[in-house]
Amino acid sequence: MSLVTKQYQSISYISGPLLFVEGARDLAYGAIVNIHMAEGDVRGGQVIEVSEKNAVIQVFEETAGLDLARTSVSLREDVARIACSRDMIGRRFSGLGDPIDGLPPIIPEKRLPIIGTPINPVARQRPQEFIQTGISSIDGLNTLVRGQKLPIFSGAGLPHNEIAAQIARQAKVLGGGEEFSVVFSAMGITQREAAYFIEQFEATGALARSVVFLNLADDPAIERLMTPRMALTTAEFLAFDLDMQVLVILTDMTNYCEALREIGAAREEIPGRRGYPGYMYTDLAMIYERAGRVLGRKGSITQLPILTMPDDDITHPIPDLTGYITEGQIVLSRALHRNGVYPPINPLPSLSRLMNDGIGPNRTRADHANVKDQLFASYANGVDLRRLVAIIGEEALTDRDRLYLKFAEEFERDFLGQGETDRTIEETLAMGWKLLSGFPRGELKRVKQDHMDKYYGEQMEKIWEDKTTRI
Amino acid sequence: MTTQGTIIKIAGPAVIARGIPGARMYDLVHVGREGLLGEIIRLDGNTAFIQVYEDTSGLLIGEPVVTTGAPLAVELGPGLLTGIFDGIQRPLASLRAQKGDFLARGAVTEALDRSRRWAFSPAVAPGTRVGPGDVIGTVQEFGFEHRVLVPPTSHGGEVAEIRSGEFTVDEVVGRLSDGAELRLMHRWPVRVPRPVARKRDPREPFISGQRIIDVLFPVAMGGAASIPGPFGSGKTVMQQTLAKWSNADVIIYVGCGERGNEMTHVLDEFPELEDPRTGRPLMERTVIIANTSNMPVAAREASVYTGITMAEYWRDQGYKVAVMADSTSRWAEAMREISSRLEEMPAEEGYPPYLSSRLAAFYERAGRAVCLGQPERDGSVTVVGAVSPPGGDLSEPVTQATLRITGTFWSLDAGLANRRHFPAIHWLRSYSLYTPLFREWYREHMPEDFETLRARASALLQREAELQEIVQLVGPDALQDDQRLVIEAGKMLREDFLQQSSFSEVDAHCPMDKAYGMLRAILVFYDEAAAALRRGMPMDDLLNLKQVEEIARLKEAPKDEFGAYIESWLEKLPEAFGAKAPAGGA
Repeated sequence: MSLVTKQYQSISYISGPLLFVEGARDLAYGAIVNIHMAEGDVRGGQVIEVSEKNAVIQVFEETAGLDLARTSVSLREDVARIACSRDMIGRRFSGLGDPIDGLPPIIPEKRLPIIGTPINPVARQRPQEFIQTGISSIDGLNTLVRGQKLPIFSGAGLPHNEIAAQIARQAKVLGGGEEFSVVFSAMGITQREAAYFIEQFEATGALARSVVFLNLADDPAIERLMTPRMALTTAEFLAFDLDMQVLVILTDMTNYCEALREIGAAREEIPGRRGYPGYMYTDLAMIYERAGRVLGRKGSITQLPILTMPDDDITHPIPDLTGYITEGQIVLSRALHRNGVYPPINPLPSLSRLMNDGIGPNRTRADHANVKDQLFASYANGVDLRRLVAIIGEEALTDRDRLYLKFAEEFERDFLGQGETDRTIEETLAMGWKLLSGFPRGELKRVKQDHMDKYYGEQMEKIWEDKTTRI
Repeated sequence: MTTQGTIIKIAGPAVIARGIPGARMYDLVHVGREGLLGEIIRLDGNTAFIQVYEDTSGLLIGEPVVTTGAPLAVELGPGLLTGIFDGIQRPLASLRAQKGDFLARGAVTEALDRSRRWAFSPAVAPGTRVGPGDVIGTVQEFGFEHRVLVPPTSHGGEVAEIRSGEFTVDEVVGRLSDGAELRLMHRWPVRVPRPVARKRDPREPFISGQRIIDVLFPVAMGGAASIPGPFGSGKTVMQQTLAKWSNADVIIYVGCGERGNEMTHVLDEFPELEDPRTGRPLMERTVIIANTSNMPVAAREASVYTGITMAEYWRDQGYKVAVMADSTSRWAEAMREISSRLEEMPAEEGYPPYLSSRLAAFYERAGRAVCLGQPERDGSVTVVGAVSPPGGDLSEPVTQATLRITGTFWSLDAGLANRRHFPAIHWLRSYSLYTPLFREWYREHMPEDFETLRARASALLQREAELQEIVQLVGPDALQDDQRLVIEAGKMLREDFLQQSSFSEVDAHCPMDKAYGMLRAILVFYDEAAAALRRGMPMDDLLNLKQVEEIARLKEAPKDEFGAYIESWLEKLPEAFGAKAPAGGA
């Protein structure tokens, strides 16, 4: 690299977060630049389009205070990178990767491009290891496995932060013992929410194994596009260079997508649905697809993105595109929340696509799949009947229907509404059987006979007490 | 004279270059010093618009662009089967060997292994006149007789020389009298359909092993089906299930912009699963194209063409091929993304105006045909395209354009998926336009009353849905017993017949005769029950018969002796009703 960096003086146009520099033909596409202001301040930016005439630079911070005459641009780095090191664990960084905890900058072991490269599909290892989150509606019905990306679809005012913190606190792989760490990436969340997470992490000692990236609501929106990439690059370093099991929490993806729309509009792109750019699917995929495992490497990246659905609308482009990329979703329900059920996870629209790989004999228990199917079917039936009762009253129901109604009540109260407790998978399954044993055997069509003989009814009490059934 | 053009603009995957000598539309070019692969998609005066198949970060204005002088083409020959390629047919295993676990750009690799030798036995003797598409010999590839063809572009001529022995794919195995060389492989541009002698009507169903498809909404061998559905409704599982259990000879699975972990699932599972018809690993009849959602978008656009071209190649050998395209929406979005970078005028929802014509052209490459050349043979390409409508809204442009072209529509329903009714194909909204074409096939292969039973089942499901609406309004008490029976029978059809778990060992695949037996059991039960009701048997007694539960467990009954099992079950059925309903019980 030459000692004298070339300065480009001819800024021709500034609008929103964009800055056009003329004659900057030796800036590469994707390069990171320094923007020198008249007063000597330096800001960062990235080249997002370059032609013979000019280069378009997306400014990371505000464009306030930039002028055409005295601002200049110089090359900082060919692509955006982050310095990675084991020492990052336990530290806090800004959305652009600068330390904000008052401690000195870290000494990098590697400087990695944040854009990331896709894992070659043939180099991926199939995620199969059950992660026990201690939450029955996840472990029992929508199981999370290592290397999965499973977002929480929430709404404004729902306790998604509490659930995420609970998962970060409780998550364990049975028979584990490997190094485990949490990478937390906040995008546009409030100071209050950030403080909640930090406090939670501190209280449980999780902070000592966490890397925190904070882009708060009052930080520039543009930075938000970098934050998850910084976090995931760090996660990849921890997982694939240092063999750690990494849980990445990304919150709130809705803010990220809004920032994406903001840039798209500033670039005068043709918008897709609801003004979001047409490439949002690809852009989100480049974040979410960075979860996974790699053959021959010990580490893993499990992603838990959180997004708030605008107006609780699951068909909104943000949850919609997310759902098409991630391996399922955990959907929170306002109705359950109002009824005092915590965690208010609605199992019916929730889904874990990798569940079937992570459960069963040697992973959880042989009857797990059957119990899950039966709980789903029975609860779905109960919910349907509720609708009917609302119209025609309970008197019109048969005895069999009443059983389902009762089941749905108990299921919400006891199975879903576990509060802050940390349940083992046996406890979750035992709870399932307890509730199912309220039905006559003939109703449980999804359960195989041998499981029925082993767990149905009175046998439950025994298992519950002496917990002889181990994984 | 210059031998190369120069880059004058870079915006994401779209690059504009000036002055490329010999630039032609859709020719492949090498972009920049690293030689990234790209394709010319618009020519304007002296400038060419290029979609680049790899990440363009780091490219500079003024870097060179060189044309290869040929369009994007795939290599067709022995060694395709079991292959796992990216969207432009680069084998992912060699990319891994070259660049490591993460995909880096600029990798150069050949699609077919050049070191492997194949035993070739000629089917023609020197002196024979051959024309385009003629089979000149065969190579044994796993269980397949891989037929080596005279390339369709060749003029043909007299065979001057042909040898048997072991050859690599690019060695010369023979020569025509005009000097043209014959090899085991040839290349074909992906955007050009391969020619056939003539297209034929599809008259045979594509048997999927899925009851709802095979019985209610079949697709033709050589037809096209679409599976639109919101996320989580089971499109991918459906595609994988069809890839596993259908009776096509060769499966081309195109993972177009989908999840990496799901591709891993396929890669992991297919080599271990057995083809129920041949007993060999499923992987041996499969080619996988994996361009996951985070891989470059232009290569995603190319991936469906790469897939269908390979399919046509196997069709030309006389095989039945099925292409699973998951998902065509991602392909359409790739088109939209590139179109918008080119600042083309958008039509609906930002998609380019040529969206529907491109989709139509793609699906029309499906079909049953008499292949070009001698000996005369029939081949077919069946296309099953998943569509991912935003928000599950079927009125969006990709779904609508697809529905106009495809003959079978499997409508996936979020409500069914939520209650874990899989396959979540909605029985009232789906349709198949192919069934009238199969009459003759049914007559030969199925019991006489198959079509009658099917019609009765559809009618019963329709009637049940109407009655359910009444129940929703006024409650089940308003129904007569015979109407309640319709509801119960509808429920049996839905839960005990249409529902089928792809994770069950026994039920993942259901042969036609078992499907027929199950359907018959339910309908005969319904008839007997209706008669018993008229004789005065109480509804509750009827529902408590052990036969109700037995029907529910038919799915798990072994396939081998199913016919005999169901015959004896049916024989005993009237007795069950008779015993419970003594004469004059009312």
